[in-house]
Amino acid sequence: MPESEILNQAFELGYTYTRSTGPVVGRFLTGLRDQQIVGIRASDGRVVVPPMEYDPDTAEALSEFVDVSDEGEVVSWAWVKHPREAHPSSQPFAWAMIRLDGADVPMVHWVRAKDESDIRCGSRVRARWADETVGFITDIAGFELVGE
Amino acid sequence: MSDQREPITGIDVPISLKYNFTAGAGPARFLSQVRKGVLTGQRCPRCEQVYIPPRGSCAACGVPTEEEVVLADKATVQSFTIVSIPIPTNPIEPPYIIANLVADGANISFIHLMSDCVNEEVRIGQRVQAVWKPEEEWDYAMDNIRYFTPIDEPDVPADKIGKLPVSGWGA
Repeated sequence: MPESEILNQAFELGYTYTRSTGPVVGRFLTGLRDQQIVGIRASDGRVVVPPMEYDPDTAEALSEFVDVSDEGEVVSWAWVKHPREAHPSSQPFAWAMIRLDGADVPMVHWVRAKDESDIRCGSRVRARWADETVGFITDIAGFELVGE
Repeated sequence: MSDQREPITGIDVPISLKYNFTAGAGPARFLSQVRKGVLTGQRCPRCEQVYIPPRGSCAACGVPTEEEVVLADKATVQSFTIVSIPIPTNPIEPPYIIANLVADGANISFIHLMSDCVNEEVRIGQRVQAVWKPEEEWDYAMDNIRYFTPIDEPDVPADKIGKLPVSGWGA
């Protein structure tokens, strides 16, 4: 049996998905394009961001959209010391659960901070809007720490 | 200023997976031969089935397959499908045919394209032969063969498909 060469090749398997947003997520994304974060009111009165289509308790369709602030507070966070290629930042950053003013539940996004020690639970943050907003979650180019 | 643009109803969310594929010893020997324009299978020492592309072992018997067998570039259609819908990122224009082909001397099929044929006349048992790229374009890949095209030989009966010797059939 002849010795074989070691053959090695990189390849990429890609799927060109497009997704229909539906009216609720569509409204959220349209809001982002307008630099406005939109939530929805659930049957118990809580404002949920991003908006969900059906009530978590009654399963009724939801429709009462509520504008919320682009400022809020960090509820919890995780520091990413070595960002990977797919991450939103090439610099170390924090994934964070952020409760926006006017919302009752936090949403996940990322926070710009120079150092892990700059961020804590309760930190106030404000959305930094992308130079060009297109109607996608990356229209928020991360949150920035404010007022400390 | 109010925004006059249409509401968002859809988003593009492509996903890609980046792989680094290392061929094992069996496939690497096969690909080294393909680079020279030769199709090489491997025979199982126990059940004597010839596999192409070889994986280096027999899946049925669980033993290494070390004997190499040079195969013909003639083959028989074992099954096929006519693709009518374009596949994103695939440059081939529909309608085209993807077929499971069994090379003469092999006992298992591989997948390749058929062309230079009347799609409606493609059938199980049909005889085909490889159309190779120019030699200077050969690489470690089965697409050194552009496609398989029908040849003027009698059809192989269903019970003989995958059981032909390397010397072929008919003509």
